[in-house]
Amino acid sequence: MLNHILSLQIFLPLLGVLLILAIPKLSDNGARWIALIVTTAVFGVSLCMMGQYQTGMADLQFVEKSTWFPALNLQYHVGVDGISVYFVLLSTFLTPICIVSCWHAIEKRVKEFMIAFLVLETFMVGTFCALDSILFYVFFEGVLIPMFIIIGVWGGARRVYSAFKFFLYTLLGSVLMLIALLYLYMQTGTTDITLMADNNLDLNVQIWLWLAFFASFAVKMPMWPVHTWLPDAHVEAPTAGSVILAGVLLKMGGYGFLRFSLPILPDASAYFADMVFWLSVVAIIYTALVALVQEDMKKLIAYSSVSHMGFVTLGIFTGTQQGVDGAMFQMLSHGIISAALFLCVGVVYDRLHTREISRYGGLVKNMPRYATVFMVLMLGSVGLPGTSGFVGEFMTLMGSFQVNTYVAVFATTGVVFGAAYMLVLYRRVIFGQQKNADAAAMPDLTRMEFAYLVPLAVMAILFGIAPGLVMKNISPSVSNLIQIYQYNKTPDAPLRLSAVKAQTIEGNHHE
Amino acid sequence: MNDFSFAMLMPMMPELFLAVSGMLLLVLGVFHGDKSSSAIGWLCVLAFAVTTSLLLQNSWVETKVLNGMFVMDQFAGVLKLLILAGLMVSVALSIRYIEDEKMARFEYPLLILFSGLGMMLMVSANDLLSLYMGLELQSLALYVLASIRRDNVKSSEAGLKYFVLGAISSGMLLFGASLVYGYTGSTNFIVIGDTLAAGLSVGALIGMVFLLAGIAFKISAVPFHMWTPDVYEGAPTSVTAFFALVPKLAALGLLIRVLFEAFPTAAMQWSQIITILSALSMGVGAFAALQQDNIKRLLAYSSIGNMGFALVGLAAASPEGAASILVYMTIYMVMTAGTFGVVLSMRRNGVALENISDLSGLSRNCPSSAYALAILMFSMSGIPPLAGFFGKFMVFKAAVGAEMYGLAVFGILTSVVAAYYYLRIIKVMFFDEPVPVFEKGAPFVRRLVVGLSVLFVLVFVLNPSPLVSISRDAVSVFFNG
Repeated sequence: MLNHILSLQIFLPLLGVLLILAIPKLSDNGARWIALIVTTAVFGVSLCMMGQYQTGMADLQFVEKSTWFPALNLQYHVGVDGISVYFVLLSTFLTPICIVSCWHAIEKRVKEFMIAFLVLETFMVGTFCALDSILFYVFFEGVLIPMFIIIGVWGGARRVYSAFKFFLYTLLGSVLMLIALLYLYMQTGTTDITLMADNNLDLNVQIWLWLAFFASFAVKMPMWPVHTWLPDAHVEAPTAGSVILAGVLLKMGGYGFLRFSLPILPDASAYFADMVFWLSVVAIIYTALVALVQEDMKKLIAYSSVSHMGFVTLGIFTGTQQGVDGAMFQMLSHGIISAALFLCVGVVYDRLHTREISRYGGLVKNMPRYATVFMVLMLGSVGLPGTSGFVGEFMTLMGSFQVNTYVAVFATTGVVFGAAYMLVLYRRVIFGQQKNADAAAMPDLTRMEFAYLVPLAVMAILFGIAPGLVMKNISPSVSNLIQIYQYNKTPDAPLRLSAVKAQTIEGNHHE
Repeated sequence: MNDFSFAMLMPMMPELFLAVSGMLLLVLGVFHGDKSSSAIGWLCVLAFAVTTSLLLQNSWVETKVLNGMFVMDQFAGVLKLLILAGLMVSVALSIRYIEDEKMARFEYPLLILFSGLGMMLMVSANDLLSLYMGLELQSLALYVLASIRRDNVKSSEAGLKYFVLGAISSGMLLFGASLVYGYTGSTNFIVIGDTLAAGLSVGALIGMVFLLAGIAFKISAVPFHMWTPDVYEGAPTSVTAFFALVPKLAALGLLIRVLFEAFPTAAMQWSQIITILSALSMGVGAFAALQQDNIKRLLAYSSIGNMGFALVGLAAASPEGAASILVYMTIYMVMTAGTFGVVLSMRRNGVALENISDLSGLSRNCPSSAYALAILMFSMSGIPPLAGFFGKFMVFKAAVGAEMYGLAVFGILTSVVAAYYYLRIIKVMFFDEPVPVFEKGAPFVRRLVVGLSVLFVLVFVLNPSPLVSISRDAVSVFFNG
């Protein structure tokens, strides 16, 4: 089983789909149970994989390789290293939670919902495991189908607009990546991600390719200014959809930068690093300010996600051990905390069917347990020392300080704004007067809600005080990546840069 | 050369059989009248099946008969298989529909049969004369089919429009053929190719351009696409399904053979023309479809766009590109068959429906066809892991391989625009409020076609290799020496 442990995680959810389809006259509850059992089993397999994961090894583990598309020499090649293994774990961990969280919230077309979620899990895990670039693309873009359906069918009032926006935005980005992948395939003669780094592409070429990848990953991330699909998608998606969107799908962008942009296009990555820094800083500060004035809880958290992802892109393109480590950690921490925050919003939304902040207030009186859990997560999102949010932000800032002081200074102010909007949200929802009778009458967390929120809150604290638990596996792979990046980055890149500039100046003269 | 024996005609056996059985069925139809239309329809399907088996038994090694006018090779074999499959599906899908629409005439399946015969001759044509004969046999049957509902204004208009514009395009094609003949001294593709290899003449090039224009009309490449939306909309839906499935495949096959056999030395020139045709088709196909409310018009523009994508492969002018067209067209054909299978079942109170809004809430009224159509639409928009993605993947890979980055980027961007209107169909089915249900009881054949098509789209990802290998083998005939 160990030899195929990744395939098992990728394809087991599809078995669930077949079961749901094959059993005639399956009740809605039956579909829920099948989905829950299957996804829990997948999580179990993931835990087994973690148990077998060899700490300290930077290389890929659990590698499977077999022919898939011999006519084009494409392979079914999967494997994980420190960079991807936790994303796999995060995906398989959040999916059963999502299914539990919408046990009562989703009443119509339950079977279809469960099928969409299981398919989504297949694509998510596949994206993080794939080591063949075309296979990666297939999974990466396949995610759009179930997510489009989830937002469009079970979403809120403006769901159609949001679903289209989400789909077309991300599709537009990814198709450009496809052309870049095809070009790399032609140039390097391989689609193997691990071998693609061994290329001698000119900086001029790298720049175009980098931009194509950037179009895809920046939209997925999402980076300012292409983030506008995210608030819409989050607001309209059902709770479970938001959780997966924030928890896993956003990480695909960061993961893509780490897998493709840095190792395969090092020169261009260095060339564009400053641009990414400033875009990240704008994202961190601007979207934090935007979050401050939101009246909709989900929208506020959505903007906070954009802001937090700003730290990730900042960290990744520092190209330093701390920066990339921090970006990785920030992604995982955000995956847990923002997913949990969306679940928290879902809890009150299920009771009152509104996300307007002003409709709530004083929940601490009637929902003390909710207030406690929410507080932990809120503080995690703020980045209070002792929570996982702090570690990620701190490390990325440290990494960026080594590279670009100004950027680090500006980015740090984002932490302050982050505290501002989260605290305001918390105060308005949990403390203050109980203005509305219906909000005041809401019951506290049910046992089931408690059961899925507490583990997330515990993890937010646990990783805050013992980040080494995950860093020990992440760091070796990251340092390996940094080595490749620094080594492939030609030492005379500045020279070549000036050559490019000279060329353009020359070109201008010709005109 | 003068020792004529029937054994020499062996490579033509499938065509001969089809022609003879078509004539016999015609006689049968004349004696039994229109009430025999469904029997004749099934007999046509049987004739196609027998033809297919004859084709499979035939040797696919390159052989030329009739003084080099007719060639049977790997490429022709593969294309004929596809054409026959498309013909079978078209007739099988039509039989019930023409009865429901009270237009069951025994000529209907026979016209499909004869146009199919024309297509088979087209893809085997190795001479400008046999090319023209095949093309016209096909086209005349198609003109009549488009206007088969002669008491209906739209249908007659469609037929007439198609006929007039088709005649103009045939004229252009003939003019081009005469120029090529005048400047190369032969109508045989091989001889033309050899003559031009010795030196390109401007006259022959102009002739080639006219030839291209004529054929571009048949595959409805922009700017020769004007007829497509009107004909698609005006013709009865079953005829539209047939138009969408087969004729363009045959015309593309013909185009590939003409360009690679007769004008390989002018590749640089025709590649430019094809690039423009392709870019325009993709652009117009994507943007014009956005505004359509009639699903047949929408599919017409979609087919224009899809021809544009297929032409991307041809513009690459490489073996890989030629193979990618076959892959693309095969996948496109399967998806189209399934799509029309669903569209044909759109009827309420005995009336066939054609508006996209009639699909509203289909997912609740008839979940199985809604899911089938949704999967097909996702596939049409080229989202992996569905089959449609691999078609696009292959053509763009060929384009990137030929260093045509501009075309590749432009094409892939239009595919995003196109995704919007495919998604719109999904939106109407899944997100909108339901309208009254369609009539129940889609015939078994239709459901089978839809089911098989969806299955193909879903599982193609598991083993995409064979189709690519077959296509490569098929086009290798043009590149081996």
